[in-house]
Amino acid sequence: MACIEARGLRKAFGTTIAVDSINLRVEEGRILGLIGPNGAGKTTALNAILGLTPYQGELNVLGRDPWTERDQLMRDACFIADVAVLPRWMRVWQALDYFAGVHPRFDRAKAEGFLAKTTIRLASKVRELSKGMVAQLHLALVMAIDAKLLVLDEPTLGLDILYRKQFYDSLLNDYFDRSRTIVVTTHQVEEIQDVLTDIMFINRGRIVFDCSMEEFESRYLEVMVNPEHIAAARALKPIHERQVFGRSILLFDRVERQQLAALGDVRTPSIADLFVAVLSNQSGAAQGGTR
Amino acid sequence: MSAPSNTVPGSPLESQVTAPAVITASRRMYWSVRRELWEHRSIYIAPLAAAAVFLLAFLTALTLSPAHRHEPLDIPYELAAALIMGTGFIVGIFYSLDSLYGERRDRSILFWKSLPVSDLTTVLSKFAIPLVILPLLSFAMAVVTQFVMLLLSTAVLAGSGLSVGTLGARMSFFHLSLMLLYHILTVHGLWYAPIYGWLLLISAWAPRSPFIWAFLPPFVIWGVEKIAFRTSHFLGMLQYRLTGPEPSTTARSGNLMEMMSALTPVQFFSNPGLWVGLAVAAIFLAAAVRLRRYREPI
Repeated sequence: MACIEARGLRKAFGTTIAVDSINLRVEEGRILGLIGPNGAGKTTALNAILGLTPYQGELNVLGRDPWTERDQLMRDACFIADVAVLPRWMRVWQALDYFAGVHPRFDRAKAEGFLAKTTIRLASKVRELSKGMVAQLHLALVMAIDAKLLVLDEPTLGLDILYRKQFYDSLLNDYFDRSRTIVVTTHQVEEIQDVLTDIMFINRGRIVFDCSMEEFESRYLEVMVNPEHIAAARALKPIHERQVFGRSILLFDRVERQQLAALGDVRTPSIADLFVAVLSNQSGAAQGGTR
Repeated sequence: MSAPSNTVPGSPLESQVTAPAVITASRRMYWSVRRELWEHRSIYIAPLAAAAVFLLAFLTALTLSPAHRHEPLDIPYELAAALIMGTGFIVGIFYSLDSLYGERRDRSILFWKSLPVSDLTTVLSKFAIPLVILPLLSFAMAVVTQFVMLLLSTAVLAGSGLSVGTLGARMSFFHLSLMLLYHILTVHGLWYAPIYGWLLLISAWAPRSPFIWAFLPPFVIWGVEKIAFRTSHFLGMLQYRLTGPEPSTTARSGNLMEMMSALTPVQFFSNPGLWVGLAVAAIFLAAAVRLRRYREPI
């Protein structure tokens, strides 16, 4: 059974279309990175998946309709929407008590175990904690829930690099197993490249690119082309070309590695580079279409 | 609200993990109310402060002006109850206006919605604060305050050589408490329900400044009615809601609590105003539940 399945998912705010009839299927046990520029519709799509906003089209999350069954869905799914949403008046022990009181799958001892590894004290109020500690606390609470789906929307926004690294490390080491599904959006794409099993690019409310990391690694290659081979390299139809320190870096889709090795240094591109390539090609194509 | 069948889907994955604890609707309600008390400590601090201030004033009066000692002592007792319950009422108004608005303003609504608690449970738990928790807390504090007053005046009277028996005869502590409990349950618990319902609805809906949205519309309706029709039915309706159903036998001169308590339960529960009010409260609440589902952080 797919964890998330959307068909023709659409959401408009007045005349602005935030999510434009997307089809989406996320299988169980995947870690999907949802990547897109600001205002691309990522958060709106996630809000629809979590039952926080009404939508048009068909949407099924863990076998439920999120909009009408949000509270039941939250027994099996949980999310961190933003680092700032933990209520500032709450004390750490109150959060633990409350979670244990209302959540059937919350393991209090586990949460306390995670917290013991941090400097967070049980008597502290959220407002007394630093931004990084709030994120640690929220993650500890969420990881102690035996959920099938975890949605993270910019979970590390505003955190310094140490906390960001820690965040994803503990998510992978202490939480993820093959039966859980994680959907994450972030602007710091490089940091989650090794974490993901799938990537999806979203732009202007549409899914513009969708593939697994295995496919990504086997399909895309980036070559720092030696100047004498540039014409030969361009003949192989790169999907994108950029200049770094006066040298051309060309991005290829489905071109043999041996063929490229003759032209320069070959490496796997970063998700960010592919993202730029896909988006710039898309806007180029759109302009071509209107002419 | 609680459907235990939902926690046991038939997926094979389910059998590997430990069986989730069953959480009943009443348990979720209990923790939701507790979290309200954590967040809004004024719910118990304000009536406590009122009680403390009153006791201090009472003690001062008792020691400074011995002439009052021989006067009937049941008036300050009622005043104590009125002060504490009035404080509770005011706290209830501000609490209701802020509850569903505050969670949108500080974006914590996203956090609360990430937990398996329905909008209905949340709104009902917030409704229970002014309707059940505050009246019961005020009642308990009023009774304790009155009891302390009784002890204090007994001590002072005994110290001045007067017979304590006369005081006991004049005062029926138990009767006063019963009257108070009846008043609290009927008036604060039932009669005021539509008022709190309205405040919660505005709190769930208001894009900003819920206080203005809650009080401006009634004011405008009153003004328009006054100018256009030269009548004040709306104002009368509001007054009726605030002062409660009047027993025909009691004159308006008596204080509010005596008036209300003079109503027998039969009179009170056969009053159509009560049932209309409860129906209106239910409509307001249903709208607030629906709004909370749609509302996003501001």
